[in-house]
Amino acid sequence: MAKREVDDVSGVETTGHEWDGIRELDNPLPRWWVLVFYATIVWAVVYWVAMPAWPLWNSYTTGLRGHSDRANVASELTGLQTARAPMFTQLDATPLAQVGSNADLMQFTMEAGKAVFNDNCSTCHGAGGQGAKGYPSLVDDVWLWDGTVDGIHATLQHGIRSGKDEARFSMMPAYGRDGMLQAAQISDLTEFVWSLSHTQDVNRAAATRGAELFATNCVSCHGADGKGDPTFGAPNLTDAEWLYGPTKADISGQIYEGRGGVMPAFGDRLSPSQVRAVAVYVHSLGGGT
Amino acid sequence: MGVAHMAVQSTGSGTLKGYGIPGQRPDVIFAAVVCGLGLIWAMAVAALGYEPEMRAQGWIYGTGFVLGLFGLAIAGSKGHLAVDETRYNDSIIKWGVGLSTFWGIVGMLVGVVIAAQLAFPKQLYFEQFGFLNFGRLRPIHTSAVIFAFGGNVLLATSFYVVQRTSRARLFGGILPWFVLCGYQLFIVAAASGYLTGVTAGQEYAEPEWFTDLWLTVVWVAYLLVFLGTLWKRKEPHIYVANWFYLAFIVTIAVLHLVNNAGLPISPWSKESYPLFSGVQNALTQWWYGHNAVGFFLTAGFLGIMYYFIPKQADRPVFSYQLSIVHFWALIFVYIWAGPHHLHYTALPQWAQTLGMTFSIILWMPSWGGMINGLMTLSGAWDKLRTDPVLRMLVASLAFYGMSTFEGPVMSIRAVNSLSHYTDWTIGHVHSGALGWVAMVSFGALYCLTPWLWRRARLYSLKLVETHFWLSTIGILFYISAMWVSGIMQGLMWRAYNEFGFLEYSFVQTVDAMQPYYIVRAFGGLLFLAGACVMAWNLWKTAKGDVRASEVADETPAMAQPSLAPAE
Repeated sequence: MAKREVDDVSGVETTGHEWDGIRELDNPLPRWWVLVFYATIVWAVVYWVAMPAWPLWNSYTTGLRGHSDRANVASELTGLQTARAPMFTQLDATPLAQVGSNADLMQFTMEAGKAVFNDNCSTCHGAGGQGAKGYPSLVDDVWLWDGTVDGIHATLQHGIRSGKDEARFSMMPAYGRDGMLQAAQISDLTEFVWSLSHTQDVNRAAATRGAELFATNCVSCHGADGKGDPTFGAPNLTDAEWLYGPTKADISGQIYEGRGGVMPAFGDRLSPSQVRAVAVYVHSLGGGT
Repeated sequence: MGVAHMAVQSTGSGTLKGYGIPGQRPDVIFAAVVCGLGLIWAMAVAALGYEPEMRAQGWIYGTGFVLGLFGLAIAGSKGHLAVDETRYNDSIIKWGVGLSTFWGIVGMLVGVVIAAQLAFPKQLYFEQFGFLNFGRLRPIHTSAVIFAFGGNVLLATSFYVVQRTSRARLFGGILPWFVLCGYQLFIVAAASGYLTGVTAGQEYAEPEWFTDLWLTVVWVAYLLVFLGTLWKRKEPHIYVANWFYLAFIVTIAVLHLVNNAGLPISPWSKESYPLFSGVQNALTQWWYGHNAVGFFLTAGFLGIMYYFIPKQADRPVFSYQLSIVHFWALIFVYIWAGPHHLHYTALPQWAQTLGMTFSIILWMPSWGGMINGLMTLSGAWDKLRTDPVLRMLVASLAFYGMSTFEGPVMSIRAVNSLSHYTDWTIGHVHSGALGWVAMVSFGALYCLTPWLWRRARLYSLKLVETHFWLSTIGILFYISAMWVSGIMQGLMWRAYNEFGFLEYSFVQTVDAMQPYYIVRAFGGLLFLAGACVMAWNLWKTAKGDVRASEVADETPAMAQPSLAPAE
């Protein structure tokens, strides 16, 4: 059976075995293959000697270099905190409104604030703070709540409708869902609110009827002129900024539902210095005075 | 789906020399008992299952076992349970070829869908149909291409190769059919589980405890069929392809049992507790996950390579010595490499070191298979010009060589700190999965179809050529997009400014990747289109058609194997 023969093409002997017409040549291992294989083994042994490698009974070989990922991370983090500490100390000691007058401190605060913003705020407010439907834009100068840097800091610290006592809180009634207004009344009220910022496409008769509804239901928060009040977080209804959308359908939807979003209290999640830094950063995007 | 070519000696009652009355044969009794007990269990689960999705699993398994019992009864009444030892069991391989093609297209289609969902998350997010979103579909894609497509290719080719190279019919009477059908039940149960939320949540090992147990039964039967066939071989030696298949079957059994070890909270619940927790669980999971790559997707498919390349090239294997040395080196070294999936995690650093160094050592053992395959073509390189099937097989080896070099590079901790968790990993997996696993499978299917259906040639070699280019270009789009996207992603994640603050938010990195996600989905679409072209070509070949424009073509189509029976 084992009949060694010579392959015509390569001139190499076969092993003499045959399976379903398949034979095997008796070529030796390619020299370069063996050498590279040995080289990788040698390299591995060198690495084992130098680095943590083999488990022992209740420890492991630590290697000649004494390398430890955990120790390295710990020392790098300590080094980073030490390097940043003077600037954060300075930030904590400076009133927020005056941070901008120190160029070095401002640059550091902006970088720190941006990093905090990216990790914590961009999920809802967008990577550039541009906002989305239901999530306020932070890049314009329109502010639902106090838009000063200290006001923004207070919002960040305690959140909005976060459940904390100090949190900013406002609640628009769900006029439609709770049956306070009928569909026709919501339609009239929508016409009136629309007319506050539009001259085109207004049904005057409906708007006039809506004005009375506005006077009874809405002025306490949004004011007689509809300009709102940041003290209660009541939006200005006369400008072109709409948290829940700019169309008539959006407006009537909001009267029906009375939605209000939640912002977490970042004082519970971030260090005091981080909250201060991100307040300055957000204010710089488009603060209200 | 009876056993073909069995007319020679069969008597009226369907008995043959060496095989008793079907009702008294151990293989038939085994299959009937398993289906019967399984049916009782499935009915109990359908009635008593804690969760609605567990009861649904009961119905699925119940349907499977009823079909099994019906199949046995019908085959028995028509005399199809008889076994002709003088013939190879080829009809099971025909089914395997068809199932491989079917599951391949299903798995790749789901892959294209989820790639599109990543590229267009807003448009392709289905709020009302949560089970159609990425989280549920992703394990369906991975399991369908690895276990349904790859698994059926391995079943079909191993059954073909072990018979031919042992000159013996598959062992175990109807046991091979039990393996093939039982494996399909495993696939359907696992996939329907993923859709409905029945999952153990371990990557590539998502099936829950009862499906794990079912696969164990099927897999042990597979091992018995394979070993039994080797045992009764009429060749003095075991061919190298069979070493690889056997290593694949044995090691997958061990990996499956250890990684899925756990305790169900009740026989009627889909939920179970894993045996390992925390970092032990992570290490076991990646010991399993990496060796699923090593023994399922590498060793198993090297078995395919070692039969189909010398056969199609009609040349002897380059080096017997190399096949021995690289086989044992691969088997010994691969099993250590898993921890490289857990660099810079809670896994102790010494374990990371071992994972990395053994991955580097693994480079040459992996390349041994590529060298042996490519060098087998010496003296036959000219065939690449005329034989697109051989070209497919050789291209698969080129991708194999590329990804088994890239793998060790990515296992180096410094490289991994950039590549880990990024799309680079996804690109690496697909250069292996599309380039190596799928291409070598396509080559084998193109060989098997005319051989099994006894056709002189494929329906169309031009369409094989079309498939070759669709696949190759699709892969290149896919992996280039993922290289760029992955390295960009890794660099953006680690970008710091002078004060040590991160430069980019996570969502900015996601945003930056969108163009590459579109390119990736396009590459995947090309690859899927190629697989559809293949399915058409194989279907027409099996029917015996030859494409009209190629009828006059004088090119010698395929290397014809000997069709001699086993003895």
